[in-house]
Amino acid sequence: MNDEIRRSVAALCARFPGTYWQDLDARRAYPTDFVAALTQAGYLAALIPEIYGGAGLGLGAAAAILEEVHKSGGNGAACHAQLYTMGTLLRHGNTAQKDAYLPAIARGELRLQAFGVTEPDAGSDTSSIATRATRSGDVYIVNGRKLWTSRAGHSDLMLLLARTTPKERVAKRTDGLSVFLVDLRRAQGVTIAPVPTMINHATCEVVFEDVAVPAANLIGEEGKGFCHILDGMNAERILIAAECLGDARWFIAKASQYAKDRVVFGRPIGQNQGVQFPIARAFAATEAAALMVAQAAALFDANGACGPEANMAKLLASEASWAAADTCLQTHGGFGFATAFDVERKFRETRLYQVAPISTNLILAYLAEHVLGLPRSY
Amino acid sequence: MKVLVAVKRVIDYNVKVRVKADGSGVDLANVKMSMNPFDEIAVEQAIRLKEAGVATEIVAVSLGIEQCQETLRTALAMGADRAIHVHHDGELEPLVVAKLLKAIIATEQPGLVIVGKQAIDDDCNQTGQMLAGLLGWPQGTFVSRLKLENGKALATREVDGGLENVELTLPAILTVDLRLNEPRYASLPNIMKARKKPIEKRTPAELGVDPTPRLKTLKVSEPPKRLAGVKVDSVAALVTKLKQEAGVI
Ligand SMILES: Cc1cc2nc3c(=O)[nH]c(=O)nc-3n(C[C@H](O)[C@H](O)[C@H](O)COP(=O)(O)OP(=O)(O)OC[C@H]3O[C@@H](n4cnc5c(N)ncnc54)[C@H](O)[C@@H]3O)c2cc1C
Repeated sequence: MNDEIRRSVAALCARFPGTYWQDLDARRAYPTDFVAALTQAGYLAALIPEIYGGAGLGLGAAAAILEEVHKSGGNGAACHAQLYTMGTLLRHGNTAQKDAYLPAIARGELRLQAFGVTEPDAGSDTSSIATRATRSGDVYIVNGRKLWTSRAGHSDLMLLLARTTPKERVAKRTDGLSVFLVDLRRAQGVTIAPVPTMINHATCEVVFEDVAVPAANLIGEEGKGFCHILDGMNAERILIAAECLGDARWFIAKASQYAKDRVVFGRPIGQNQGVQFPIARAFAATEAAALMVAQAAALFDANGACGPEANMAKLLASEASWAAADTCLQTHGGFGFATAFDVERKFRETRLYQVAPISTNLILAYLAEHVLGLPRSY
Repeated sequence: MKVLVAVKRVIDYNVKVRVKADGSGVDLANVKMSMNPFDEIAVEQAIRLKEAGVATEIVAVSLGIEQCQETLRTALAMGADRAIHVHHDGELEPLVVAKLLKAIIATEQPGLVIVGKQAIDDDCNQTGQMLAGLLGWPQGTFVSRLKLENGKALATREVDGGLENVELTLPAILTVDLRLNEPRYASLPNIMKARKKPIEKRTPAELGVDPTPRLKTLKVSEPPKRLAGVKVDSVAALVTKLKQEAGVI
């Protein structure tokens, strides 16, 4: 089944070659045609249950889709969140909310692919977010500023984390946060501004000024928002890890081929072990990371707690893809810097994953302090 | 009208093949396998005929090892209605394949058979022609354009030096070429639906065909390495070299 998915996604991606991505990268333009193709072929509805019109598949299938996109030289970031952002709605929304939104999301008519957590003054420390939602009759009034809300300009709905009870008045600092579904098509007082970055990522700053969000759009329980987004974050980490695997495999294949073909001093550069070994090492790291990604996805699908595995998968896969990227660039020498080879683009793109959606240090701190029980640093 | 398509599992066209150290064949271990690209074009054409209301049912057939079923699943996910797998673990030569297809055609009674012009692994380019011969049906080979009307197939063939238009009376065999169409990729819902479509299993013995090869492969070897070229500094030097060293002018 996943093999069949991989084959078809690879065939789809073959219609969007390196030149397609190079052109978009130079213009910092959104891959509208690619996203439309993936949407029309139903791949972005993989995780939505069949009763809502999706394919009802598990995270392993979604991971196969995104890995294949990255392995073929493309980038899934423009639409990967359409696969998993709905998970919070699916697992914590009420029946009316699910009936109202999931079928249209499955059909690809409604885009829910923006998730606003990070703020200018609160990144790793989620509990310190300052965006406030205050109940007033049938609505919540939202004020605040989100940063790095990717795809906000290409999304109809946005999942928003805001504080509903001040930090000083809750027992645990992660209490008092709530999740809302904001309809960006209708909301008054929302300003979205793209943030130029070193990659083509459609990421934005989103400012909320007295935005009235219907109370009916609160997902789950008020004050329990942090718990509600955790499983979604695990899913996100596993799928980002799958993209890293795809990147790593692309870099390794590209580096291996070039090392076989490029002749210097009368022999292929790949005949020198100084060139071979970093490629082999990156390959071993990638295969090891792939096992952790598969393990994490299997646990997630079995409804098991997978926090440690999801985080380790993301840590290992993002480090493997970065090692592969660095090696691939080095193997290509000067040609690695030429945009036509795609190496420098993929190199920039895969670097993101050691910072977002969670930085490497914070994963290490989580493993040390929450899994191994070392003293808390934060 | 029922359309029968034959699909072969071959080494993926992107894979750089390697000859086994003992020269007995090509190394297939851990190598990516796919549907023969010309067969994808055959499947696509059958689906287009069905979408146009000309074909009513598409039956995909693959012959060979167990994993041929993966290739059949791909055909089913693209849009074939059902599949037949003729299971055989050894090598299958074009004549055997043609005989097996003939036996299946005898029971299926398709109005049209579409196959790829050749498989990219052995490049035989024989099966369709042999099948037409065995059945005594008209054949259109290397088809790059196709129209069906009034029980006839109007096919444009790509031949050396140009295009040839032929008219065939159905039932007929078509072998298809690259420019006929661009095969679709399967959508996720169609991959899901394909899981439920039936694959019927047969064996050469049941079909009354002896699959024993008649040819023996003596040796497979890599093509000679291309030697590096040389740069010349003037047109005159080039002409001299072409005359004296290459002997081509
Ligand atoms: C292109 C892009 C897209 C993004 N998309 C989204 C999105 O769609 N939605 C969203 O909500 N966010 C998004 N983000 C934000 C991303 O999740 C954050 O950048 C990330 O969580 C890190 O937060 P920060 O940038 O505030 O870094 P900070 O929290 O300021 O951390 C800076 C550095 O300090 C380290 N550090 C901080 N605290 C500790 C500690 N206690 N111990 C050790 N090291 C520490 C971190 O590891 C990091 O290296 C995106 C970011 C980028 C760049």
